[in-house]
Amino acid sequence: MEDKIREFLNSRFADALIKEDNFRDQQSFHIKPECLVDICQALMDDADLKIKYLSDITSLDWLGHEQEKDGRFEVVYNLYSLDHRYRFFIKVRLPDDKPRIQSLTSLWSGANWMEREVYDLMGIEFEGHPDLTKILTPDELEGYPLRKDFPLTWEQPAFSWNKDDPPEVVK
Amino acid sequence: MTTVSKTVELNMGPQHPSTHGVLRVVLELDGERVVKATPVIGYLHTGIEKTMESKLYYKALPATDRMDYLSPMSNNLGFCLAVEKLMDIEIPEKVKWVRVCLAELTRIKSHLAWVGTHALDLGAMSMLLYAFRERESIIDVYEACSGQRMMSSYIRIGGLAQELPEDFDKLVRKVIKQVAQGIKDYEDLLTNNEIFINRTKNVAVISAADALDYSLSGPMLRGSGVNYDVRKANPYSGYEYFDFEIPLGKNGDAYDRYLIRLEEMRQSLRIIQQTIDGMPEGPYRAHLPGIVLPPKEDVLYKMESMIFHFKIITEGFKAPCGGVYQAIEAPKGELGFYIQGDGTNKPNRVRVRPPSFINLASLPKLVEGRLFSDVVCAIGSIDIVLGEVDR
Repeated sequence: MEDKIREFLNSRFADALIKEDNFRDQQSFHIKPECLVDICQALMDDADLKIKYLSDITSLDWLGHEQEKDGRFEVVYNLYSLDHRYRFFIKVRLPDDKPRIQSLTSLWSGANWMEREVYDLMGIEFEGHPDLTKILTPDELEGYPLRKDFPLTWEQPAFSWNKDDPPEVVK
Repeated sequence: MTTVSKTVELNMGPQHPSTHGVLRVVLELDGERVVKATPVIGYLHTGIEKTMESKLYYKALPATDRMDYLSPMSNNLGFCLAVEKLMDIEIPEKVKWVRVCLAELTRIKSHLAWVGTHALDLGAMSMLLYAFRERESIIDVYEACSGQRMMSSYIRIGGLAQELPEDFDKLVRKVIKQVAQGIKDYEDLLTNNEIFINRTKNVAVISAADALDYSLSGPMLRGSGVNYDVRKANPYSGYEYFDFEIPLGKNGDAYDRYLIRLEEMRQSLRIIQQTIDGMPEGPYRAHLPGIVLPPKEDVLYKMESMIFHFKIITEGFKAPCGGVYQAIEAPKGELGFYIQGDGTNKPNRVRVRPPSFINLASLPKLVEGRLFSDVVCAIGSIDIVLGEVDR
């Protein structure tokens, strides 16, 4: 199945594919961020592949790791084909400064809340999202909790037990 | 005479008995009709993912119990399978069978809590008492295994926390007998009950295409007739050994989801019977020094085991740099763990794919344009646990 997808991507989006990796039998394709929606649309419409299920969207922060050189943030799209019972990942790298990527809400309604969660916790903006607002954290919370430079033991809300400056971030 | 159409905004929750926790829904009503529904969540957000990223791999495990607190063993299983995949370790055959048995008991436990509370929402008060009576027998199995009734943390990386209790077989057979009888009782009370049918049939309908569009999973997806169950599609932990069927619905309404969950309980009983009858012999934990804790009795008498015990407790183990995703079929749907190792002894990222959270996103689709009184039924039929939605 991964050969089919590779062939498909190479034939239609040859310059979008940066690299691929296979870890523990899980195939990932690293692509250029600007081609994301076109690639997902094409994968969905292809009569043979039929990648119609968006399983999950998640994000990673590589701050302080050697992988940071390719871009600090990584967004992972977890796609699944129900017909082939095959799961694979599309990964994109985004820079430290104002990470932005196109929204997938035009293809899948389910992407709405998944992208809001990534925005809320990791601070990645999704262009074209109909309602990009906070979903889990309180409205007055500043910062993005899942980033590696967000302190673990420090609370912002006024009722918290510590109102002083945040401690040093220890990873 | 001209009439002016005016909508009313109504706040439902977060303290509302039928929202199953702290879900708030802002409803815009035109008379009895719901024009717009906006779920507001986050009241229980405790940053479980962030907490898990700050801990050694095996110390992150107890946090999983606290997500979907109605099915802790399923969460344990998902996390352990993901870490085992990341570390590329093999686990003993007996452990796989015990895990399947416990995961299916958990499915029944979660569905029992669901059928009780859902029927209670719709006015059938006695169902709650009957369902929780049967649930108690499953909690007894939990208690015998781990010493805990709810937050068990019994399934560990590389095996189980301790050897199965001697009367495990007897306790599980008791559960099978009691739950099988219980399901018959619920069917008598609800399946042909006219009030229950009126409240659930053609309510909260979602078509197969919409269910896929919203990335639904579990009974929500299968209620619309889409055949996707992780246990059959991508078997894990030895599910391929067992014989069971996946019930599918036709209409995608709340009644079909009820029928599916009832049938799933019966199928779970079938699987549990098979695990109990054919349980293989073997160790309860893999022998992998440096990754899996040695058995406690060895730690007390063997020098080498004590050193490994000490090393794992203080330093943990280093995971390779790579990301794995492991999905399991939890009672609520596809529960997935995406774990990114970065070469150190702590994960770089632990992402939980929470089935309740993603299923709840479809609530506006289920209720908009429908009657206000069906909102309660719609929320109930999704089967959410706010601990998992907010994490």
